[in-house]
Amino acid sequence: MAKPSPYKTKMREQPPRERIRNFQEVPYGYSPDEAMVEAQRCLQCKKPSCIQGCPVEIDIPGFIGLIAQGDFAGAIRRLKEKNVLPAVCGRVCPQEEQCEKFCVLGKKMEPVAIGRLERFAADWEAAQGEPELPQRKPTTGKRIAVVGAGPAGLTVAGDLIQLGHEVTIFEALHEAGGVLVYGIPEFRLPKFIVAREVENLCRMGVKLVKNFVVGTAKTVDELLKEFDAVFLGTGAGLPWFMQIPGENLNGIYSANEYLTRVNLMKAYLFPQYDTPIQRGQRVATIGGGNVAMDSARTALRLGAEHSIVIYRRSRVEMPARDEEIHHAEEEGVEFQFLTNPVGYYGDGGGWVKEVECIRMRLGEPDSSGRRRPVPIEGSNFRIPVDTVVVSIGNSPNPLIPSTTPGLETGKHGNIITDELTGKTSKRGVFAGGDVATGAATVILAMGAGRRAARAIDEYVRTSRW
Amino acid sequence: MNKVVQREMIVPNIHLLCLSAPLIASKLRPGQFVIIRPDQTGERIPLTVADWDPHGGTVTCFFVQVGTSTAKLARLRPGDEVPTFVGPLGKPLEINQLERVVLVGGCYGIGSIYPVARAFKEAGSGVVVMIEAHSGFLLYWQDRLKGVSDELIISTGDGSVGQKGRSPSHLAQLLAQGRRVDLVVAMGCTFMMNAVSEATRPFGVRTIVGLNTVMVDGTGMCGACRVEVGGKTLFACVDGPNFDGHQVNWELLRARRQAYYQQETISAER
Repeated sequence: MAKPSPYKTKMREQPPRERIRNFQEVPYGYSPDEAMVEAQRCLQCKKPSCIQGCPVEIDIPGFIGLIAQGDFAGAIRRLKEKNVLPAVCGRVCPQEEQCEKFCVLGKKMEPVAIGRLERFAADWEAAQGEPELPQRKPTTGKRIAVVGAGPAGLTVAGDLIQLGHEVTIFEALHEAGGVLVYGIPEFRLPKFIVAREVENLCRMGVKLVKNFVVGTAKTVDELLKEFDAVFLGTGAGLPWFMQIPGENLNGIYSANEYLTRVNLMKAYLFPQYDTPIQRGQRVATIGGGNVAMDSARTALRLGAEHSIVIYRRSRVEMPARDEEIHHAEEEGVEFQFLTNPVGYYGDGGGWVKEVECIRMRLGEPDSSGRRRPVPIEGSNFRIPVDTVVVSIGNSPNPLIPSTTPGLETGKHGNIITDELTGKTSKRGVFAGGDVATGAATVILAMGAGRRAARAIDEYVRTSRW
Repeated sequence: MNKVVQREMIVPNIHLLCLSAPLIASKLRPGQFVIIRPDQTGERIPLTVADWDPHGGTVTCFFVQVGTSTAKLARLRPGDEVPTFVGPLGKPLEINQLERVVLVGGCYGIGSIYPVARAFKEAGSGVVVMIEAHSGFLLYWQDRLKGVSDELIISTGDGSVGQKGRSPSHLAQLLAQGRRVDLVVAMGCTFMMNAVSEATRPFGVRTIVGLNTVMVDGTGMCGACRVEVGGKTLFACVDGPNFDGHQVNWELLRARRQAYYQQETISAER
């Protein structure tokens, strides 16, 4: 075999100048030829280390080997044995911290582009028309309620339906997908892809009930009367604010609101769609995570002349993926590192006009291992803004814990679970994803869903808690 | 999908909307709200609830036709289906037996105050209902409200029906006469709820207002509905919508309610 190229096969992208004027997806994806070339870089290790980096344990060399041989149908089948949402994960997983981090090639050159290949296989299948459905085991007659149609819930539903159980998903919003539809923008994850994956689950027999708020329309205890087990995957739905002066001025959004208006409610198509959004000219996004990058890039696409990320640490400490930071930089997002807002000033008519910031320096490492930012006294300055997006995190939505007696929660309102099984303090009730861990990633939520599905299967078969 | 059972303009610009929603109808409690999305391109519109029938499985709301979204609601006809009708949302009001509660309703709130009055009446409280409008032809549901109250006090701006003036000042007069009032609940436009809160403040009478903020999801996820109550930022959708009127930052509330004024015009002119 020829020596592999030291570099990943490039994925073509919309040029930055063009893409900041539209909401279409940035990378185009591999062609079959490109995919096969990239797949042939894989060394097919006897003891593959990449798999240990995958929260859902995909047979990575297996599916890549099939792509290398041109057996794309085989590749997607192999992927779907472990992953119900390959088109999603291929796009939004932080592969550089997971599978690709462990790729042997990565020691001396660029690792195999596992994520791009996963995306390729899933998109190839979708282009072939209606995908083949995985085999379903014989019906067990056991009924499981899944609360929340986000990454964790969809994974649980996909796994349990294949095991022969009856699954009903309850979703509070009017679309299924959770953060995949309200949070992650169209240009990073086209919504038809999420709709397609949800549609496949429904074709497999999953029942989806939208516009249904568990907690008020029915409590978890009521669901337990109708179902053999309940899985809670309600996410981290309560946005944090900094509690600084002026934070409730008009024009200051939580990232959740900003992105929900744009993504779920399609405010970028206003007035064809009725939900409005402030199209700011000078937009400041507070925070350094993926959601902050999504917000800052969305602001550009809504017509901002300046989209400024304000982050209290420096670039290397930013929790956002490298790829997202890179895309944001390419598109002209401006960065104010080592800077933290201390307050907002209004225009007298209720709208934000300026954000006052203070410069920071890095001190000793804190509990997260990152160096703690310390304010530099007297370094205050103001940035003129007309829109601000506060993107500093979320805590779990309190609706279910507050209406479910016997469900223990931690100090941030997260539901306490056994990490290996997702079991909560309440018999028959499992939980996973952001509602248990606090805000994390799509794939970690899916991994938690996978483990919970296994435990739920065992519980409903044996009734052993 | 939920079916429209009835939709009619009950007084100029205020519409009654009744939908079939058996589960919501069996769960609603006074003070809670619902969210409706009239069609696939529509906004999620929060509406307070005016009545529900657990046996018939229907939920009734009133809304004021102001912009694009409410114009869409106003075009609904019996038999139409809406893609989203979700609830119950928000915290229910605490209902208990009190010697005398005064419930103030204006605008769509004349309807929303009805289930509150009914609940206090059923709990054995003395119930005084005060409703207000610019003129008598803008009043509705007087008979229903009479049926669940010990006293119905009507105020109209032109004096065509009841006392001339507004409910807040008539409430202040009532309190000044030394009548004992344990609790006041107000529902309606922001201006009226603010005025009621100011009317009761000097007398120290506990006053609850049902706020109607801008919302998107209505389940605590977005924070569009943030309000300041007692100096703390709270979410009207999950912490409310009912708050202590003496603690609400009214100026902020008014400003935030007008955040999309410009876009509303663009949308309406489209």
